[in-house]
This record gives sequence, structure tokens and C-alpha cells, in this order.
Amino acid sequence: MTNLTDLTIAEARDGLRKKAFSARELTEAHVKAVEAARDLNAFITETPEKALAMAKVSDERLARGEGGLLEGVPIGIKDLFCTEGVLTTAASHILDGFVPPYESTVTANLWKAGAVMLGKLNMDEFAMGSSNTTSYYGPAKNPWRRPGDNRPLVPGGSSGGSAAAVAARIAMGATATDTGGSIRQPASFCGVVGIKPTYGRCSRWGIVAFASSLDQAGPITRTVRDAAIMLRVMAGHDPKDSTSVPRPVPDYEAALTGDIRGLKFGIPKEYRVDGMSSEIEKLWQQGVEWLRAAGAEPVEISLPHTKYALPTYYIIAPAEASSNLARYDGVRFGLRVPGNSLDEMYENTRGQGFGAEVRRRILIGTYVLSAGYYDAYYLKAQRVRTLIARDFTEAFRKCDVILTPTAPSAAFPIGEKADDPIAMYLNDVFTVTVNLAGLPGISVPAGLSADGLPLGLQLIGRAFDEETLFRVAGVLESAANFTAKPPAVGTGA
Amino acid sequence: MLIEGKTGNWEIVVGLEVHAQVISNAKLFSGAATAFGAPPNTQVSFVDAAFPGMLPVINRFCVEQAVKTGLGLNATINQVSVFDRKNYFYADLPAGYQISQYTRPIVSNGRITIDLPDGKTKEIGITRLHLEQDAGKSLHDQHPSKTYVDLNRSGIALMEIVSEPDIRSPEEAGAYLKKLRSILRYLGTCDGNMEEGSLRCDANVSVRRPGEPYGTRCEIKNVNSIRYVMQAIEYEARRQVEVIESGGTVEQETRLFDASRGITRSMRSKEHAHDYRYFPDPDLLPLVLDSKWIEEIRAQMPELPDAKKERFVRDYKLSPYDAGVLVAERESADFFEEVAKGRKDPKLAANWVIVELFGALNRLGLDITKSPVSAKQLAGLLDLIENNTISGRIAKDVFALMIETGKDAATIVEERGLKQVTDTGAIEAAIDKVMADNAAKVAEYRGGKQQLFGWFVGQVMKATGGKANPSMVNELLRKKLAG
Repeated sequence: MTNLTDLTIAEARDGLRKKAFSARELTEAHVKAVEAARDLNAFITETPEKALAMAKVSDERLARGEGGLLEGVPIGIKDLFCTEGVLTTAASHILDGFVPPYESTVTANLWKAGAVMLGKLNMDEFAMGSSNTTSYYGPAKNPWRRPGDNRPLVPGGSSGGSAAAVAARIAMGATATDTGGSIRQPASFCGVVGIKPTYGRCSRWGIVAFASSLDQAGPITRTVRDAAIMLRVMAGHDPKDSTSVPRPVPDYEAALTGDIRGLKFGIPKEYRVDGMSSEIEKLWQQGVEWLRAAGAEPVEISLPHTKYALPTYYIIAPAEASSNLARYDGVRFGLRVPGNSLDEMYENTRGQGFGAEVRRRILIGTYVLSAGYYDAYYLKAQRVRTLIARDFTEAFRKCDVILTPTAPSAAFPIGEKADDPIAMYLNDVFTVTVNLAGLPGISVPAGLSADGLPLGLQLIGRAFDEETLFRVAGVLESAANFTAKPPAVGTGA
Repeated sequence: MLIEGKTGNWEIVVGLEVHAQVISNAKLFSGAATAFGAPPNTQVSFVDAAFPGMLPVINRFCVEQAVKTGLGLNATINQVSVFDRKNYFYADLPAGYQISQYTRPIVSNGRITIDLPDGKTKEIGITRLHLEQDAGKSLHDQHPSKTYVDLNRSGIALMEIVSEPDIRSPEEAGAYLKKLRSILRYLGTCDGNMEEGSLRCDANVSVRRPGEPYGTRCEIKNVNSIRYVMQAIEYEARRQVEVIESGGTVEQETRLFDASRGITRSMRSKEHAHDYRYFPDPDLLPLVLDSKWIEEIRAQMPELPDAKKERFVRDYKLSPYDAGVLVAERESADFFEEVAKGRKDPKLAANWVIVELFGALNRLGLDITKSPVSAKQLAGLLDLIENNTISGRIAKDVFALMIETGKDAATIVEERGLKQVTDTGAIEAAIDKVMADNAAKVAEYRGGKQQLFGWFVGQVMKATGGKANPSMVNELLRKKLAG
């Protein structure tokens, strides 16, 4: 029998239907792999008993010839999704002991489709970070290493645990969330596929909020097809989320025709940022050639407000976060550090409960919303956001999809950039525009850097046109033929 | 009203902010119940308690109630309005922010007409009405060192109704609140109960020399009866005059009314000055109203107090004062109309409702919905007066018995034999006897002492146990005394 943890979701689905193996076997293999790979620190909470119990139900369903789209498929859940009866931390000290009495809509959709839960995945605290180093539970590690260099690398963030687990073959797929690149950048760093769908495509209900107007859930998987399968299950209208959109969910897998002849893809000239490494530049060019060879036509486009995207993002996201995180006050759930007055209890609880990066963003957010600064910062950022969205509307008159690098670099060692938040924020330079405009974006592993680390290319689509995105991503994936595996896989480290 | 200061006259300028709890079974952004007086923390959803990942979803009915109220205030309904977050930390504010409407309220530019004691009316502008969530309740008296929090109220829909600074006296403020409450009750959008806190009022008070620009205002928070609002304004205006006249300046601040001492006092120190950091709530889309829907609501609007008053004056020929008293509460107006329906003399009905019924209810401490005499029963009593079965005087006794026993007027009249005597022979016999027993008085009368006539009437009524028809007594007595 082939190594069960090496299968894609599509392969596992077919194998389960053909009874080549059982959901129990598939799950046991993953539970074992999770245990063996604890050094990666990809999971905050493992739920092996739950996984086996769910697998048992899946086997019963499969035996009856029933079963949903993900029946018996073991996956991991980013610890930002509330899971009923299972500790949910957002990787923060302040949510100590918080066991939600409810299930997020996205995870509920997954369980309904038969998916099996392996546990809750590590991440940057409250999804704030690009390296998974802000987690209260310690950094998750990238299963990749630079050849001849044993320093552990960051898996990217904030969905670092999700990308690391999928790349390390300890989960077939994982849920993730993306506020400024938190699905796509870690996918790029770990050599896996990650899609942030259109804002409003997946319900935010039951997902711990970071920045409500930017947050969106999506899957991280090893193939484009797997991402299509998983997103179909995760997506859908939810009356409990006023920003979720009542549109039917297409069969994304059916969009993977491999045929992109005549399609136009845009190359934004503003994305050739200063200091972009030549290998990223080269990979991007390679991507252009691949798509051209498949019959698509490159067109140069302009997204003139790109240079304002990062500052805009780092005003809007902290502003919303400063308000969203006000509820962590020690009064009703999670950590409480007592004090002699209400104010003192707030100060003690929030001072000790939040890590440095979260505190920094709360301070920035509070500042930009303050009387006297609101117009200069928040209001102006909202206006620029409108202009950035308009850039894309204009660009999509000329093309059907946009091709860019996902991140300006490959994964870096844990600890690097730790004392330079601005350098850390620059990781998001190619991804934040997509969140600001509410568009879908996917990262596909496209090659290796000179020092042997994965690099991703990003495709950006029109709102609610995930199908085109998947179709082009599928072509890119075939052309890139990314078969490299992280060295740590199977070694237990 | 002008305040006479040591240095001349001062004008009071008042604007009122009213928080009216929307009548709705569910909260503004959650499905939790809203009933008053439930045990603590039994009407709380995870949204109301601001658990992680919970999201607000607007309650359509609360929006309808706000639109209805806006229409009742002759205001503009804004087809696009926006919910904002008002951020501040407090133990009974679970999310750390209140969802409210800041720059774009659902209703703006309304007005209401208030009725003044001298019979005149005055228009007061309504700046805006917006929807917002209520906070929970902190209970400081349950434990020596801890504060308990009850979140039943958290998330309940409120309408904040803000007036223009058009109010010029405590009396006008009282009239404004009474009128506003009456309109809200007519519309069924707020029960107006100040004791239970479903209507709360903050008053912005300043003083100025007549004709000069507005002075610095102080906001008096959460005054929980109309009488207290009037007292607080009066006290605060006089305090400000004193401050200014003794050379000081009025500080813009929030003050609290101390009802036991009848004074206002400063509430917040400067270091707690709030910066609410309002911004549009990203969990909610702008609220967009369909004009057709607004028109549907408009078509279902009930007749409001002003229109009803006008109709009562026109159709029932009531005085504006009486009509105003009757329409103040929808239930009183309905009661009156049922009594007055098809009656030759609707003014008689108005008098009976206002003087006798309201008087009795007042004494019993009941409101009209609990009246022991129904409208139909009162109509029955008036029928007996109008068809001369009983006199107005006897009717008062009958009414007292009706209040006491709840029986119909006809039954009481029958049981007690109170039917009016309209038999000419019987009345003549009584007159003859009175005249025979008081020959001296008859002589005096005939000698020119005409004012004795009333005395004779009284004697005859007494002799007939009050049941003789008064006009017949008058007529026959006059004839007989004339000889």
C-alpha cells in the first residue's frame, strides 16, 4: 500500500469509495504522523480520539454507499475557528481555557461533508503576523530546510501551522484564514496551495475576528484540485453573517479543464517592487511563459495605487482589530488577571494576555481612530482602499486574471526580522491589495529558490470568479510540476 | 420662561435626548428575548455576550419600528443609514463597543407640536432618531467587593431621539416628553415606561441673555421621570445663572440629577473623558431601505394625537383643552369615542370621561385599561340621563355604585328604585305639601323675595328623594308659587 499520508484529498476520496482503505486507516496514519511530527509545533491541540470517532462514522456512511464530498478525509483546523467542545485559543494567552459552546459555520460545513478533525493548528496570535512567531504556544516550524543549514525556518503566517501541517503530510488539508496574505504567504513558504476566496464567499461566523472587513477563510492543500474540493464545502451563504453573499457555490473541481486558450492574464507593472530578488523576478517570468505556452495571452496592466496598499492595510486592519479585540477583557471568558479596580483588571488581563505584536496593533488601531487623527488616517485609508479596488476594476477590463509573485522572498529563519516589524509587514506587499479589494487570490507552488526553498506564484481573479482562478492555477500547477517534498517529511522532525 | 438674575433676565435653552426602548420580542442584532424582569442573564445570546466569532444580524422588525416612529415625528426617513461602533470599556458592555448610528442615522429632520398649559402650541424640531444597542446592567449592591453583571438588557434595541435646542422652559420640556411619549405609545413602538427604564432622558441645558448666542451647555444624564427632568432643568439653569453672575464660567460637562436633594452634580472627571473612536461597523452593511416598504409602513400608520385632537374638536365639538386631555393616551381617546358614538351630546360624554371617570380612576390609582366601568357601561349610564330616566345628580350616585360594584347603570337604578319621577301629579303633590308646610316662606316669596325659589326647589327635591325631574320641578313650582 502506498503511504496514506502522501495521498491528495482527491486520491483519498477515490480510494475510500473504492474501499482500497478505510477512513479509520487513513485517519490512524495521520494521527501517527501528527505525533511523529510534534517537533514542528504545527498543532496547538491534537484531537486523536475525536478523529477516530469521526472516521468510524465515515466508514459506516461509506459502507452504506453514502458520504459527503470530504467523507473520511482527515484535516486540521486553524485555531481561529471556534470548534464546539474543543479548546479554541487564537494562539493567544488571553483565550486560556476557552472551549466554545458553538461550531463555526465553515467547520460545521466541513463536518457535514464528512471531514475528520485531527486538531487545532498553530498560527500567529489573533492571526497577526507573517511568520507564526507571535503564537503564545511557540512558533510552528516550516518542514522545509535549506540544504546544509539546520536552522528552523518560519512556515509563514499567520496560517503557519496550517501550511506546515499540509506540507509535512500530517494533514491532507487545513482550514486557514487570510486578512492580508495569511493563507497565500505561508502556502508559498511551505510549497503548498492556498486560496483566499472572494470576501463574502465563506461565512465568518464563529471565526475569531481580526479585521472584519478583510478576514476571509479558505483552504490550504497540496494540490489545486484539493483546494477546489475543500473550498466548495467551506463556502456558501450564511444568514448569520451579514457580509456573506447569497450566491450558489459552483463545483470548482469541474472548472479544472486545463484549457486557458484565449484567456488574458495581466502583469501589473507596479509589482516590480524595489529590492525584489532576481529569483522571484525570474520565477514570475517563468510563470508568464507557462501560461503563454498554454495558449493564454499576457497583457501589461497598471495598478497605480499599489504603493499605498501596505500603509492603507496597516491602518484599516489594526483599527478594526483594536475594536474587535476589546471583548477580551477578563470579564466573561478566557484569562482574567485580577486587579483592585475594573480598570486595573483590564490592564492586568490585557497586558499579560496579549503578546507584543497584538498590543502593538491595538495601539496603532486605537491611535488611528482617535479624535483628531481619524480623518488623517482611517478616513484617508478608506478612500485609498476605494482607489485600490478601482484599480482592479479597471485592470479586469483588460484581463481575466492577474499573475504576480505571492511573497517577496522564500521562508526565512525563525527569529529573523523579529525586531523589525516593518520588514515583517513587507511580506504582505503582494497579497494585501487583494484583501483590500475583496478579491480572490490563490498561491500555487511554482519552483525552488537558489537555496532550495519553495516559492509560490499568485493569481488574482475577479470577485466571485474563483472558477477561472482554479482553472488557471491548475494549468500553472501542471506546468510547474512541483514535486519536491520537504526534507523533514517522514523523518519525524 | 425667563430667569431673573441679579444682573437681568436669562433665557433657558434646552435640548433633550431621549432613549426609547423599541417594542420588539427580539433584540436589535440577536434573537434573544427582551421581556422585562426576567431572572439575570437568562435572555442572553452569544452575540449579546460578545463571544469570539459572533456576528450581529439586524432585526427587521426593529428597523420597521424606527421607520414608523420617524414617520410619526414628521421626519425624513433616510433610505441609506450606517451602523457605527462606539468604543469604550465597561464591564456591562461585553463587546467593548456599542453598535449605534453616528454620522448617518435612519431618521432625521422631524418635528412635534407640543401643547402648552395656556392652550397655545409650539413646534419643537427633532434633529435625528437613530437605532442603537442597549448595554447590560452592573449590579454594585449584591456583594461587598464585587460587581455583578446582568446582560439581559445587552443588545436590546433603543431609539435615541434628539431634539433641537428649541425648548425654553421646564414646562416645555415636560410637554415635549409627554407628547413624545404619547406619540410612541400611539405607534406601539415604545411603551414609554420611565420607571422600568424603557424611556430615559438626558437634558442639555444652557442659559443666555435673550437674543444672544447659545451659552455653554451641561448634559444631565438619565433622569427617570418627567417631573425630575423639569426639576433638573430648573435647578441647572439657576445654577448656571449663579455661576455666570458671580463671575465664573459654565464648564461643559456631564452632570447627574440627585432626585433626593433636587440638585445636579458633576459626574465625570476629566481623566475619564471618553474618546469613543466611532467608525463604521465592518460586520454590518449599510442599511438600505426600499421606498416601497417605507410607503407600506406609512399606509398602516394609526391616527396620531394631533390629528385625533383636531377631529374631536371638529366632529364632537369639544374644546381644544378637553380634546387634548382625551387624546393624550390612545386608550382614553378610544374609550371616549366608544362612549360618545352616536350620542346627541358628545360633550356630555367628554365631561363624564374627564371629570367623573378620570377622577375615580385617579382615586383608585388605576389606569383606564383597568377601569372597573367599561365604555359600554358608561354609555348605558349616559343613555339613562339623556332619556330622563335619572337626573344628572342621581347619575353621579349611580356611577359611584358602578365603580364599586361593576354593575350596569340600569341594574343599579332598578335595584335601588332611583328612577326619576316624571309623573306631574306626584311632583305637584310634593310641591303642594312643601307650600302648605311653609306658608310663611310662600308669603315672603310672593312678597317679592324671589331668591327663595332655590330653597323651594331644594325642599321639593328632598321630599322626592332627589328623584324628581329637576326641570319639571322648576316649571311646576314656578307656576304654583305664582299662585
